[in-house]
Amino acid sequence: MSANLSAILYLISGVLFILALRGLSSPETSRQGNLFGIIGMVIAITVTFLSVGNFTTGFIYVLLFLAIGGSIGAFIAYRIPMTAMPELVAGFHSLVGLAAVFVAISAFINPEAFNLGTPGNIKLASLIEMAIGAAVGAITFSGSVIAFLKLQGIMSGAPITFKGQHLLNALILISIIILTIYLCLTQSSNLFWILIGVSFLIGFLIIIPIGGADMPVVISMLNSYSGWAAAGIGFTLENTALIITGALVGSSGAILSYIMCKGMNRSFFNVILGGFGATEQSSTSQNKEQKPVKSGNADDAAFLMKNASSVIIVPGYGMAVAQAQHALREMVDTLKKNDIKVSYAIHPVAGRMPGHMNVLLAEANVPYDEVFELEEINNDFANADVAFVIGANDVTNPVAKTDPQSPIYGMPVLDVEKCKSVLFVKRSLSPGYAGIDNDLFYKENTLMLFADAKKMTEDITKNL
Amino acid sequence: MEIDPFIFRLSIFILTIFVGYYVVWSVTPSLHTPLMSVTNAISSVIIVGAIIAALSANEGVIFSSSSIFGFLAIILAAVNIFGGFLVTQRMLAMYKKKKKDK
Repeated sequence: MSANLSAILYLISGVLFILALRGLSSPETSRQGNLFGIIGMVIAITVTFLSVGNFTTGFIYVLLFLAIGGSIGAFIAYRIPMTAMPELVAGFHSLVGLAAVFVAISAFINPEAFNLGTPGNIKLASLIEMAIGAAVGAITFSGSVIAFLKLQGIMSGAPITFKGQHLLNALILISIIILTIYLCLTQSSNLFWILIGVSFLIGFLIIIPIGGADMPVVISMLNSYSGWAAAGIGFTLENTALIITGALVGSSGAILSYIMCKGMNRSFFNVILGGFGATEQSSTSQNKEQKPVKSGNADDAAFLMKNASSVIIVPGYGMAVAQAQHALREMVDTLKKNDIKVSYAIHPVAGRMPGHMNVLLAEANVPYDEVFELEEINNDFANADVAFVIGANDVTNPVAKTDPQSPIYGMPVLDVEKCKSVLFVKRSLSPGYAGIDNDLFYKENTLMLFADAKKMTEDITKNL
Repeated sequence: MEIDPFIFRLSIFILTIFVGYYVVWSVTPSLHTPLMSVTNAISSVIIVGAIIAALSANEGVIFSSSSIFGFLAIILAAVNIFGGFLVTQRMLAMYKKKKKDK
């Protein structure tokens, strides 16, 4: 196949990838978008086979490994529970990162295959691109592995910090730049291996100080990195499909990180530097311990909701942990039978990744036109009778609007306290991730329901 | 004077960042999780590099030091491609409108 024809076909597959993302602007067009993405991928792979044109034994092995990887992927995709999506995405990011590293290594060992020169005499531009692709890929890999371990609970979600951490990270980043420069000057393969090793190390060090509830930012950021790694390799291989995809994914991840940071009213660097909430919790927790709290049982909650005409549900990560989404939908069905209007309010950083709650509700067959974003629904709280907070905490804390001393001051929150009454399902009074007390617990119109989210929801349904 | 082909690729890269910027802002927030899984799937187009690497060995040789890395990358990327697109499809199939409610 001629080089020009394959370049055009790669361009087409790049355009199809753009359309795949475009489709996600609404749920109706999204499935078609996914199909475009698949077609784009099939084109890219087919063109590569035809342009290499080497249909010998090696080709059989390529198909074999493709089939092995594909079956593993398909198996995971069908088996994974929806609550585990954040872990899955983090795991997949690590694979993209590692694949980028492997391709860069292969190109470094055997540059002739990619028309990049000969070993020890690789074109300067290619070498720089290769080094960037490998370094970013390695950071993506080790960072995603840590994110995966934290999300999976194998590693504690608490931030791990130590003295001189930022200095160490800064030194390592500088050494990566210096290594890249020396690599270009000397073409030494030892430097290339060291560069990759150091990049693995920095990916690991960047993610360990970041706590569990900041995972939405981390996952988006790693998503972005995996894109830039792909783009770096795309430049090395002079492949348009890869460059287009890399740029798309890179900017997509960056935008998501930005949206997540805005949802927490924190700067990107603040999140990355980590250790949130560890220092500031002492001041607020002292003066509130004495305050009375009203607590109730499923019967009380059912009574309140039965007499309401509109109910707003505020789900959070706790709902995912308790796997309460199906029980919740059953409760809502019962409410709807009693002609009570129900809607769902989703905070941008609810859950452990962007859109986490929406997927869980969709899984429980909640129609997506009943689910609203923060800006869309925030004014409705004042007119609603009952707010049902299930597994959310910090995102409902009115302190963010009233107390300039609070670490979460300025963070956009759901105006849950404006509801006539608030039902708050929680295991205990313990503060949320930010380490601060939630004023909502002590409001007169709040009824705390201390129980497991799933069990409580089921009990309420029985009592309705 | 001739323009280095690198500049063309750089142009594509920069322009696509802008395309990505506008396309991603138009994605509805409720589909942000599928967005991540589908971007993950498409970034595995890095498999084209892996295929070239895997088939790069000299004639008669299948597994050379460089092609082994290619084969490994093929497995990783293939997990992602199939896993990413299928899980996205599974998620998107769950997003339903109110009308068809039972």
